[in-house]
Amino acid sequence: MQKTEYKQYAEKHTPDSPMGKNLTWAFLVGGAICTVGQLLGDFFRSRGMEQDAVSAAVSISLIFLSILFTGLDLYDGLAKHAGAGTLVPITGFANAVASPAMEFKTEGYILGLGAKMFVVAGPVITYGVVSSILAGVIYYLFLM
Amino acid sequence: MNETKRLGGQTVEFLSRPTILGTGVVVGPKEAEGPLGPDFECVENDPMLGQESWEKAESMLFTKAVTECLKKSALSPSDVNFIVAGDLLNQCTASSFGLRALGVPYLGIYGACSTMAEGLSIGAMLVDGGYASRVICAAGSHFCSAEKQYRFPLEYGGQRPPGAQWTVTGCGAAAVGQGGSVKIAYATTGKIEDMGIKDANNMGAAMAPAFVSTVKAHFEDTGRTPNDYDLIISGDLGAVGREIAAELLDKEGYSFGENYKDCGMMIFDSKKQDTHAGGSGCGCSASVLCGHLLPQMEQKKISRLLFVATGALLSPTTTLQGESIPAIAHAVSLEI
Repeated sequence: MQKTEYKQYAEKHTPDSPMGKNLTWAFLVGGAICTVGQLLGDFFRSRGMEQDAVSAAVSISLIFLSILFTGLDLYDGLAKHAGAGTLVPITGFANAVASPAMEFKTEGYILGLGAKMFVVAGPVITYGVVSSILAGVIYYLFLM
Repeated sequence: MNETKRLGGQTVEFLSRPTILGTGVVVGPKEAEGPLGPDFECVENDPMLGQESWEKAESMLFTKAVTECLKKSALSPSDVNFIVAGDLLNQCTASSFGLRALGVPYLGIYGACSTMAEGLSIGAMLVDGGYASRVICAAGSHFCSAEKQYRFPLEYGGQRPPGAQWTVTGCGAAAVGQGGSVKIAYATTGKIEDMGIKDANNMGAAMAPAFVSTVKAHFEDTGRTPNDYDLIISGDLGAVGREIAAELLDKEGYSFGENYKDCGMMIFDSKKQDTHAGGSGCGCSASVLCGHLLPQMEQKKISRLLFVATGALLSPTTTLQGESIPAIAHAVSLEI
């Protein structure tokens, strides 16, 4: 059997991810996390916070909750079912930073925790910064 | 070279028939909950084994399994001429760190998940060649240290694809020498096979061709047929790889039917334990062999066994660089 032929043959034997189940879970859990965010926002507003402060407070609260659940060994269990539902909201980013920080603590606080903290989330930061620069240049050239 | 000991291109026959003197197995809690749980005498319920890191925990698995193996074989470290051991961690530190206090001449080996069969082959060669009276062969892995090295941090929220496998937390050790009941008759050393599979989450498909190639070589070299074996065992092809391997062997004219099993599928109940395609890791075939299969042979429930452990010789770096996965399988023929 040739390599290309084998690849197709192997793919035929490999089960596909259950798309319908994964999408349903992602929709429900992702939606639930966003609803929690909305409820937190409403709560902060009801306590008299300005809109800018509310946005920051909601993000901070969700990040805190995500890291708390990561530390309690609960976030990965939920994410196993929820997939993109826990990955896409800000909670996914917080988990991606907190989990390597926990994992690599054994290699010390500087070269372990400190250096490896962004091993998963690093690309998001790098390409987030790069695209914001590009967006800024486009804005400066065409829209200012 | 002793021509009578070499058969065909890849097989050696051990004319003195070295034997298994005793085994030691230590597994983690998930393995103990699996279908083979009752066969595992030493279970560590704490995956950290009281250590400060996953790596130290994995080393401790080696220390405990080899200590247990010495006890079961009624040997002291000074009776052992070589210890041949390997694991999945970078620079094979789990075995070398775990065995450093033992004071036994050590040969560190790396064959990914095929390590147990590689170790047994070398151990039997050392004994049959007259270079050693007693050799301990050991292989192990730890789910958490393997995840950390090959995949994502443990608490990272990700989804595993259905073809992915679950690294076994466990270590198996076997003492080889003369005087035991289970004999090592042949060893067929595998060639590196690469059929171009690049998906590190589908190692079963990457390793199946290596398994088929070694099994075929074993039968061609020895003149034996599937009927000569009660059981043929693959290391950790998992559900996907086992299905492919069985089909490919069928095409080659070798049919085993129910007599072909896979350690990765035996050690976990993939539905109940959510291990997807099954178990993997050096510790998978090592603990199933030492904890389940060899005792079954001693109880005469199996009289001839072809143990073929399979390994995917990839690293996280080669995967990121887009390389395909070279794989290997080594066969050891055991009989009573």
